[in-house]
Amino acid sequence: MPSTLPLGDPAPPDGILPPQAADGAGDRAFGLYVHIPFCAVRCGYCDFNTYTATELGGGASQDAYARTAVSEVQLAGKVLVASGVPERKLSTVFFGGGTPTLLPADDLALILRSAIDQWGIEDGAEVTTEANPDSVTPESLGVLKDAGFTRVSFGMQSAVPHVLKVLDRTHTPSRVPQVVQWARDAGLAVSLDLIYGTPGESLADWRCSLETALSYQPDHISAYALIVEDGTKLAAQMRRGEVPGIDDDDHADKYELADQLIAEAGLGWYEVSNWARTPEQACRHNLAYWRGDDWWGIGPGAHSHVGGVRWWNVKHPSAYANRLSQGLSPAAGRETLDPETRRLERVMLEARLQSGLEVSALSAAGRHEVAGLIADGLVEPAAAFRGRLVLTLKGRLLADAVVRRILPD
Amino acid sequence: MSPMARTAPVPAATDPAIIRNFCIIAHIDHGKSTLADRMLQSTGVVQARDMKAQYLDRMDIERERGITIKSQAVRMPWEVDGVSYALNMIDTPGHVDFTYEVSRSLAACEGAVLLVDAAQGIEAQTLANLYLAMENDLTIIPVLNKIDLPAAQPEKYAAELANLIGGNPEDVLLVSGKTGVGVEALLDKIVTDLPAPVGDADAPARAMIFDSVYDTYRGVVTYVRVVDGMLHPRERIQMMSTKASHELLEIGVSSPEPTPSKGLGVGEVGYLITGVKDVRQSKVGDTVTNLAKPASESLGGYADPKPMVFSGLYPLDGTDYPVLRDALDKLKLNDAALVYEPETSAALGFGFRVGFLGLLHLEIVRERLEREFNLDLISTAPNVVYEVTLEDKSVLTVTNPSEFPAGKIKEVREPMVSATILAPNEFVGAIMELCQGRRGQMKGMDYLSEDRVELRYWIPLAEIVFDFFDLLKSKTRGYASLDWKADGEQVADLVKVDILLQGEQVDAFSAITHKDKAYAYGVMMTSKLRELIPRQQFEVPIQAAIGSRIIARESIRAIRKDVLAKCYGGDISRKRKLLEKQKEGKKRMKMVGRVEVPQEAFIAALTTDESKDKAKK
Repeated sequence: MPSTLPLGDPAPPDGILPPQAADGAGDRAFGLYVHIPFCAVRCGYCDFNTYTATELGGGASQDAYARTAVSEVQLAGKVLVASGVPERKLSTVFFGGGTPTLLPADDLALILRSAIDQWGIEDGAEVTTEANPDSVTPESLGVLKDAGFTRVSFGMQSAVPHVLKVLDRTHTPSRVPQVVQWARDAGLAVSLDLIYGTPGESLADWRCSLETALSYQPDHISAYALIVEDGTKLAAQMRRGEVPGIDDDDHADKYELADQLIAEAGLGWYEVSNWARTPEQACRHNLAYWRGDDWWGIGPGAHSHVGGVRWWNVKHPSAYANRLSQGLSPAAGRETLDPETRRLERVMLEARLQSGLEVSALSAAGRHEVAGLIADGLVEPAAAFRGRLVLTLKGRLLADAVVRRILPD
Repeated sequence: MSPMARTAPVPAATDPAIIRNFCIIAHIDHGKSTLADRMLQSTGVVQARDMKAQYLDRMDIERERGITIKSQAVRMPWEVDGVSYALNMIDTPGHVDFTYEVSRSLAACEGAVLLVDAAQGIEAQTLANLYLAMENDLTIIPVLNKIDLPAAQPEKYAAELANLIGGNPEDVLLVSGKTGVGVEALLDKIVTDLPAPVGDADAPARAMIFDSVYDTYRGVVTYVRVVDGMLHPRERIQMMSTKASHELLEIGVSSPEPTPSKGLGVGEVGYLITGVKDVRQSKVGDTVTNLAKPASESLGGYADPKPMVFSGLYPLDGTDYPVLRDALDKLKLNDAALVYEPETSAALGFGFRVGFLGLLHLEIVRERLEREFNLDLISTAPNVVYEVTLEDKSVLTVTNPSEFPAGKIKEVREPMVSATILAPNEFVGAIMELCQGRRGQMKGMDYLSEDRVELRYWIPLAEIVFDFFDLLKSKTRGYASLDWKADGEQVADLVKVDILLQGEQVDAFSAITHKDKAYAYGVMMTSKLRELIPRQQFEVPIQAAIGSRIIARESIRAIRKDVLAKCYGGDISRKRKLLEKQKEGKKRMKMVGRVEVPQEAFIAALTTDESKDKAKK
């Protein structure tokens, strides 16, 4: 998550949610996101809420973090009950960061176990952790599998050393096939994360990364264009002219190449930046974000959503630990969405999915735009005839522009 | 030195013999407002602690720009040899755009203080106003200001002034508005040197309007100089040009706050309030008389202000059109020179074609609209008025390039001006080059002193309205000054250059230029637009054309990527806010056909940066 928190309304100290959160909860899946705010090294492009220092004191330190997170899990259980939200089993859990695998696997297992104790978990639930190729071993992966993890997503980013260097990634490319094999051996599904458009990356470099990643036969691939966020080291380097700026045409070329090679390898897109070998192997936790399901975000700066109420925790691990140690909700702010905003979000999010958006969810003015989008080659005609708006390849590259067009009001 | 007056003469009962009416003629920055402030303080009408810097310049814009737009009159008591006098200081606009207003202010005075910066010498505009003052038979008191400055050269410029208006360099007063040195001596000299006003107290009342200002609370406040007779509160007055009559609700003097009086008599200067809401009912230059006992002849000299420069004003947000209309209606109450009519632009939507006295007037009006009415505006490139004669001998007046006829043109006449430029002689070459490049014809050149030259040109107004002054300043390191006045017209080889976006003509970018400059305009505008218009979902050709002939072309490649790849771990709020921001941004786009053109592109394309570019080279 980006390090700047949104502006919203203040959240109450007890964290109790407004009544709207409970409405229709039975129809929505419930997931858990766990943020692990630690990294061995901060990467130059990263503006996520993560810390390299091990010396964050008290409950914020790496050693004590798992217990702190568990205390939020327990608080979450109470708050949901007190807010009248019906109890649901977890359908997805996702550990992200930061680098979750920087914590001992036992710590991750401890947090997961506390969540399962709290809510229970559905049969066949998806439980993912992000991982750095440097920070896993066959043993640690085995511990995760035994604790109930089903899936690991490796931050491979690139197969090209000079690109990894610009990104400040410390792993050596040859380690990736090894950790993929270990994960597989442990019985975990594997996803690889790639980044394209890094300064200095040629189209050939990107092709090499794609081909290398695909040669490991992952179940899932995410390919994200590099976003240079204000305040990062990379942004400063770019401003000083030390590395070249971002070129959207280059990004477009690389996205098209990715889509082509990944499809040829037998994976299909299900979201603008995500491809899965089979529909079942799509990341369900991620899909829940796009589909407006409920999830609780554990950890400093983590975001949550329950029934049109979005909130986010205080950003700094120490402040976060502090709040929880006093029995207070770590929520820093929240917003309660009105029906119109929820509709806007739905259009904005679902338009990115291969399953598409119901055209009937659009306003009259938005529906009026659909014919033009077909004419411009941005949405699939056949799907549109069936009442669903699904982006073409060109449309995926211009997804934000399409969304602006179908939300004209 | 005179003391501050112990008693002030009472308005409506003041003998004309103890009245002195004067104005200050000065160039921008030569310290007129500071001197005026100091006089208010020295005469005791404003206490030092109440002093706002530059008291008389009421409007914020005026204070920021350090220039006076609207004049006002202040009555100050001053004692010389035991006699209390009433001094009326009539503030005059200092800018060439407001020559007519200056001439009316001058007509209300018997004398003028010619104020010149002792470090800079006289400037062209001051010469022009001095000329007007002398034509009005005003007695001139030459004064050098800012003598406290280290760079002051009082001897040199005293000689220059004496040389210009006659008299001895020693007669030139030396003052500093900043420190107050010489200000009391100046007040004394105003009393001793300027003639008292003369008029017939028993004749029907005649008062000349030299300014009228719209006040939100009081309606129009009209400033007058009484020539004959007397005006009283509660009587009915008549405007001699329109024959409109009004009840005089209040009459008084500014000192400097408005102070009601029992009337105004011969030679007095003050204000009238009738409750009218539109300054057009109280026209500068008009004569006020008593309805019951009207004068048979007006004081003369009234002329309707004539707009010289036209520009289209459009709200960035089309829904602001009614706001702009109301705002113009309000400004009009306060600005008799402002003329406008609704106009529609295919590219910019609904707006107004507005006529201005000059470029400064345009800028001030635009700034006031934006600031006081919270409007975001696009103003199209200013243009002058052309007389187009068609082959069938019919004549068309073109105030907007889009009205320029296509074909069948016999001749086009453009307005000309006589321009006077004063500058140190080292810049003569650069100035001549600039003027010749602007189709100017040299009419003469004189040395004002050993190193200061006056150049006179006959030059098309169209060539100086856009960026001429900026260029002149940059080519002369700021030393040159410019004055101009309308002076006839000429037949010229003029064409209209159109700009097309994806084949659609964008009327806002059309320009009437000399044939020899059409290509340069086309290339400049197309390449500028290529930089300014963001890439669209399709390729956009940009062309410049004269009629159907394409003279320049550029193209904007289609955009291929407009998507944020990452979902940010559930921070949907951030994504939504970004979308909302983008949608806001889209609202600020104008559609030209299918092309989204940001408002900023219109502004930037219509703003010249030629002067800045050249200065950089």
